[in-house]
Amino acid sequence: MQVSSHVRPPLVTGGKTYHDVTNDISKHVESAPNIRWIAAFTVSFLTLCYGLFCVYRTLWFGIGEWGLNKTVGWAWDITNFVWWVGIGHAGTLISAILLLFRQKWRTSINRAAEAMTIFAVLCAASFILAHMGRPWVGYWPLPLPNTFGSLWVNFNSPLVWDVFAISTYLSVSTVFWYIGLIPDLGTIRDRATNTISKIIYGALSLGWTGGAKDWSRYEAVCLILAGLSTPLVLSVHTIVSMDFATSVIPGWHTTIFPPYFVAGAIFSGFAMVLTLMIVTRAVYKLEDYITLEHIESMNKIIILTGSIVGVAYITEFFIAWYSGVEYESYCFINRATGPYWWAYWSMMTCNVLSPQLFWIKKIRRSIAATFILSIVVNIGMWFERFVIIVSSLHRDYVPSSWAMFYPTYVDVGVYINSFGLFFTLFFLFAKFLPVVNMAEIKAVLKSSSGSQPVHH
Amino acid sequence: MKDKKHYILGVFDDDDVVMHAAHDVRHEGVKIHELFSPFPIHGIDDVLGYKRSRLPRAAFMFGALGLTCGLTMMIWMNGFDWPMNVGGKPNAPIPDFVPISFECTVLFSAFGMVGTFLVASNLMPWSKPDILDVRITDDKFVIAIDLDKNKKSKEEIAALLWKTGAKEVNEKEI
Repeated sequence: MQVSSHVRPPLVTGGKTYHDVTNDISKHVESAPNIRWIAAFTVSFLTLCYGLFCVYRTLWFGIGEWGLNKTVGWAWDITNFVWWVGIGHAGTLISAILLLFRQKWRTSINRAAEAMTIFAVLCAASFILAHMGRPWVGYWPLPLPNTFGSLWVNFNSPLVWDVFAISTYLSVSTVFWYIGLIPDLGTIRDRATNTISKIIYGALSLGWTGGAKDWSRYEAVCLILAGLSTPLVLSVHTIVSMDFATSVIPGWHTTIFPPYFVAGAIFSGFAMVLTLMIVTRAVYKLEDYITLEHIESMNKIIILTGSIVGVAYITEFFIAWYSGVEYESYCFINRATGPYWWAYWSMMTCNVLSPQLFWIKKIRRSIAATFILSIVVNIGMWFERFVIIVSSLHRDYVPSSWAMFYPTYVDVGVYINSFGLFFTLFFLFAKFLPVVNMAEIKAVLKSSSGSQPVHH
Repeated sequence: MKDKKHYILGVFDDDDVVMHAAHDVRHEGVKIHELFSPFPIHGIDDVLGYKRSRLPRAAFMFGALGLTCGLTMMIWMNGFDWPMNVGGKPNAPIPDFVPISFECTVLFSAFGMVGTFLVASNLMPWSKPDILDVRITDDKFVIAIDLDKNKKSKEEIAALLWKTGAKEVNEKEI
């Protein structure tokens, strides 16, 4: 029985049957890569190669290749790290929090969003390694006995918390994503016609049969993983914000950071999901699965989180004045009117004003407007981190050590490298794995599709 | 040598029909080997008489283990093995250990539970599953009945499956 509702529009349109779902999604994995995919993959791979040259400069000559100086010791590296980690929040939010809230519209976007999460966190981790200057001793923050004496890491340090948070987040997100993939990999295995696919997808699907006992366990596992990931995703950006908040630098030392960072992370993550999904949807013709309703729902979350971020900016500014701490007040006045005013006002325009356009239904439901605004939001979020990090550091307590930060071509190149890495991984994912969770779509098909599946 | 198993398969194409069918088949005293479906069917556990999964308990136990390991590690390393004076603060301050204790809890719980799931369901890269029908992972729902474990004859079971709405009834030896 099809239950149609006038309140809730269908999640899947086009009157799809279960078999149509399998075909529509699997065909992209089974067919030879098309010319557009090859072109896009080549571009991202070449970007990665150019970036790798700059990474080589960084590793071989050291971080002196970057525009850092004695006053500004953190700039593009940590800006990029925080930006990528923030982007990496949407996937788990969509798959975990929306699962707990029983938001069924998550089913068609969760797979790609989770993949995006994993790749974004990998990009973030690459900046952590690079900014150490000596990445070959990158294992030093782990609690290993020191080779030069029995000294352990300092567990009071938020930087050590970060090591645990990011690695737990990366590994748990990967496991969550993979568990969700198993039934769909089974589908690909059962449809495979050539021996190599049969062997590879056979191994990857771990011998999935679709028995009721396995499904029952699978559902229990997904629910618990969602329950575990929900506080995890909130903890990760909280801990990232503590890298700043537990310091005593004016502009960083604020208690508002954890919630403000988490809202910002969800904000930028959703924007990136929209950027990617709008493209994937067009290239793979997934308009029946990722409908305007999905895009509108995500835009609503962008209004919410964008507004939270806006309120946080204003609160921060107000408290800087209200606290009566002159260093803190100066820091904020300097942000808005000092030499980095352009970064501050770019952030304000992109993050606070631009998402408010989504209050207008026409804009919220326009693919072109959503695509542009999703990129604008991520530009704004990048500036947010740049403002927080660089503008708080560049005017030290002693005016004689005031300095400016100017990026070098290596700074830019390392950032470009992360884009190359991100898109190369995303295109590989989009080619070799099903981009939409077929099993979950089938499960919601009957109750929420545009028309009833055909009964014979 | 593994003995061959003889299955009779009722192939259905709707989740509601297969759920009622499973209920009726069991009601007639026929033992179902397993019900296969392309997606989870809610409420099928009760129909098949499966108990609730104990995986949540495993998750809790692994989480508790992770919490213990994380806290013990930090308290022992910073508090006892090599205490460090960090700004005159306590050597083993519990509030500072909250973030890592939490991460260890989540890490152990997630990996422990998923590991238990994979072992319990024998999901391993080298597993050679008995795929009774390749359409299960596409759009068909299959009730598999092991003939050797049932007293009823093949014909009786087939008739029962047809009656409950099966679109096909096949035999399979594996």
